[in-house]
Amino acid sequence: MHVIKTVLGQNCRYIWHAEKDVGNLDVIILPGGFSYGDYLRTGAIARFSPVMQEVIRFADNGGLVIGICNGFQILCEAGLLPGALVRNRSVQFRCEHVFLKTLNYNTPFTCKIPKHKPLRIPIAHGEGCYYADQQTIENLKMNGQILWQYVDCSGQLTEAANPNGSLENIAGICNKSKNVVGLMPHPERASEEILGSTDGRYIFESIIAWIGSRQPAAV
Amino acid sequence: MKAKIVIIPKKAVVDPQGKTVQRALEHMGFKGIKAVHVGKYLEIDIDGDEQNVRTQIDDACKKLLSNPVIEDYWFELK
Repeated sequence: MHVIKTVLGQNCRYIWHAEKDVGNLDVIILPGGFSYGDYLRTGAIARFSPVMQEVIRFADNGGLVIGICNGFQILCEAGLLPGALVRNRSVQFRCEHVFLKTLNYNTPFTCKIPKHKPLRIPIAHGEGCYYADQQTIENLKMNGQILWQYVDCSGQLTEAANPNGSLENIAGICNKSKNVVGLMPHPERASEEILGSTDGRYIFESIIAWIGSRQPAAV
Repeated sequence: MKAKIVIIPKKAVVDPQGKTVQRALEHMGFKGIKAVHVGKYLEIDIDGDEQNVRTQIDDACKKLLSNPVIEDYWFELK
């Protein structure tokens, strides 16, 4: 909220989990936050919040949806994104800055990211290990749905740069129609100089630019 | 009636919890352990005829209690 409103100067509002009609929006952001105590599985119970029916309807109509951390887990549980996020392979909660390589610049979430620039963005999760069966992974690759991979500071894809054991170093993916995205790193925590990195802003600025270029102009 | 439900990670999914417990058991001196898998156990008290309860519990396992991407489940009614 702070980043979207104060840092980026956009209109935004909180959506209550019990809302059944979200009205006219350009984008819905599902933030992180251990909803329902992560009981049962991460995102499993939140996925059945009343508002999720509306989020699914919004996404099915082409609306932009971005899930960050727990939001990513919720989108997977809801079936809006393929695969699942399981316990980090190290069994440790990892809270640190990581580097991300962007694989597809042709989406509403990546169009303003400078080419070939590894993004320095923090993670903070215990269950961020992306898993999907082999066929799903192949489909993700084939359709350009893997948007970000964990890399080292020089942009190399290494096992050491993978903080949670995700298959293919996957940090973030999108759906086939490229309007729903989920990522474990927190771009909102890398949007101001005082926090050590502003690389996260590229993702929000991509969304803003993409919405601005849409015809007819959004409200 | 009571439904006793067991949910375990699929074999293809890495189970770091199971691996960690296995290592601890081995450090303690337990011999011959081949694998440990950590899952969940749920008990649900529920009324209704057996067939109906079976259908409902199966549905609940598919929709909420387990995630078919990463977990298998089985249950018994007592």
